Amino acid sequence: MENHSGVLSKVAGLFSRRGYNIHSLTVGITGDPTISRMTIVSLGDDYIFEQISKQLNKLIEVIKVTDLTDVPAVYRELCLVKVSANSKYKLLIMEIVNTFRGNIVDMDEKSLTIEITGDEKKISAFLGIMKYYGIKKIVRTGLTAIQRGNKLEDNVGVK
Amino acid sequence: MKSAEIIMQCLKKENVRVVFGYPGATVIPIYEALRKSDIEHVLVRQEQAAGHAASGYARATGKVGVCIVTSGPGASNIITGIAAAYMDSIPMVVITGQVKSSLIGRDVFQELDITGAAESFTKYNFLVKKAEYIPKIMKEAFYIARTGRKGPVLIDIPVDIMDEDIDDFEYPQTVDIRGYKPTTEGHVGQIRKIVDRIKNSRRPIICAGGGVILSNAEKQLREFVEKSHIPVVNTLMGKGAMNEDSNYYIGFIGTHGFDYANRAVESADVLILIGSRASDRTTCGIGSRFAAEADIIHIDIDPAEIDKNLNADIPVVGDIKIILEKLSRMICPLDTEKWIYKIKEWSENSDPDENSTEKVNPKIILNKISDLLENDVILTADVGQNQIWCARNFKILGDRKFFTSGGLGTMGYSIPAAIGAKIGCPDKRVVAFVGDGGFQMSMFELGTILEKRINIIIVLLNNSGLGLVREIQRNNHFEEFEVNFEANPDFVKLAGAYGLLARRVENNVEFKKAFQEALYSDKTFLIECIVDPLENTF
Repeated sequence: MENHSGVLSKVAGLFSRRGYNIHSLTVGITGDPTISRMTIVSLGDDYIFEQISKQLNKLIEVIKVTDLTDVPAVYRELCLVKVSANSKYKLLIMEIVNTFRGNIVDMDEKSLTIEITGDEKKISAFLGIMKYYGIKKIVRTGLTAIQRGNKLEDNVGVK
Repeated sequence: MKSAEIIMQCLKKENVRVVFGYPGATVIPIYEALRKSDIEHVLVRQEQAAGHAASGYARATGKVGVCIVTSGPGASNIITGIAAAYMDSIPMVVITGQVKSSLIGRDVFQELDITGAAESFTKYNFLVKKAEYIPKIMKEAFYIARTGRKGPVLIDIPVDIMDEDIDDFEYPQTVDIRGYKPTTEGHVGQIRKIVDRIKNSRRPIICAGGGVILSNAEKQLREFVEKSHIPVVNTLMGKGAMNEDSNYYIGFIGTHGFDYANRAVESADVLILIGSRASDRTTCGIGSRFAAEADIIHIDIDPAEIDKNLNADIPVVGDIKIILEKLSRMICPLDTEKWIYKIKEWSENSDPDENSTEKVNPKIILNKISDLLENDVILTADVGQNQIWCARNFKILGDRKFFTSGGLGTMGYSIPAAIGAKIGCPDKRVVAFVGDGGFQMSMFELGTILEKRINIIIVLLNNSGLGLVREIQRNNHFEEFEVNFEANPDFVKLAGAYGLLARRVENNVEFKKAFQEALYSDKTFLIECIVDPLENTF
């Protein structure tokens, strides 16, 4: 979509107005600074998806809509989580973090702040384990995605 | 040159001759430029009417209607006019003044976030941030308004930007919006599929919607019908697409349509929806069970309408005029004699409308005036019983047009729309039907009529209340509540105060006399008809 102020609010407004669900939403600039790419995860049936896609296309700032539902793609989301960790459990937690290829980004006597990226399954699995130790705060970005392979679903944003 | 003058130049480049508006503090620079230009300004009496007048003008002339209103309450008042145009896909550009750019967001005097508010019922809107963007914005606004599925576009201009000096002015020759590329040519393969499917149909039916009229495709539809012999029904917004004296014309369908027309759709084996979005009014709220026996062919310019309410077996996205021309070249006549005969039998056996005998009967008078009026008359209707009576009983012959607020159903539409239509087509006769409810929602426009000497005929159907709401309460066995005007003003005296000729008529005979007087008068005429409050739509 066009990289104009207000476009994000238009898309979010469209979803809420028509009762479509937004499970998560991320947006960022592409290779072309006048174009941004927004990735939305939504839950619904075929009819709802067709309607979402058509209504989005009607928005003049939207240049192209791609449905990644059944397309092989790489999904990533970033999660920052603050976990209770006294001296007894710190090392154990750090082992788990390494297994998940995460990073410790902050630490004090009572807690560890961990940064982890991955698809939804990996993040959920990690958080499931961390729950046992006591999660103080979770901050998640929501999914973004890129199609696998050489074929591009669109060549928007390539300069 | 001042930006405001550039705005006038842009309007001229877009062939705008008339604007409807109401001045205020934040549009004074525009009004100063307007004064110096040769664009006509019609001063309305409330901004909502500017919207409806621009709508009537656009529908009558095929051009984009233009409104200019001030910020704050001016903008909020025209919201209903914009939303009504959006729901009926009428091309319109609305220019609203805005407070000084540096003051936006500080809740200053007459500040309103109109671009945010109107978001969901404008095709697109612009908040002008720099004066040099104005020519491009104007070009794009008009382009968006009149292409694809037509609709209202709003341009919000802060007053300081209007006052800026710009050195040179160049109006763009082309428009290129990468996110907006409407499809006009129908897909050839799909069109061929349509022809094949129709060839084998035994009980085909065409449902003509508002899109036929918006695409200026009345002639193409009528040619297609004459060639294919397929019978036609119409939606409320589609009234005017098909001439109703044709052997192939069946009737008006939907919640307030004729039951034999609805039955024809129910029994069809192929339904060709042209420029109709199959709204809940058209399908009588039964949604996907509408035309359950039929294969549905859906021709529309807006792909989002296809498969929204009904599953289309053969969808075609494109401009109806172009697609109908292609279809006419490929279609052969079908043998629909028996099918049409059966439908006509149903219509003869259907219960006639109830007719009261004493007061003015709207159904009868509409039949009468259908015979008396010219073949290019424009009839506007308001909302409610008056609208349904017009839709069911006024006959579309030749080039006659019928304007009403179908999608939003805004009361107070009829009179301002008639004003806009008359200004757009001063040589055509314009008749406005309105109820006593709708009249009171728009009677301030008699001021515009007086000042601009708008020669129209207003037929006021006075049944002392909100007829259709009352009818619905009755049908649901509720007691009537707040639908009766216990006291109405003397409408004839009121019209007289505004310089109109006016008559009150109490029965059909008196009506005919008054109407004939109105036809030959060169002054604006109001006929107040006393209608029985128990008179139903059918």
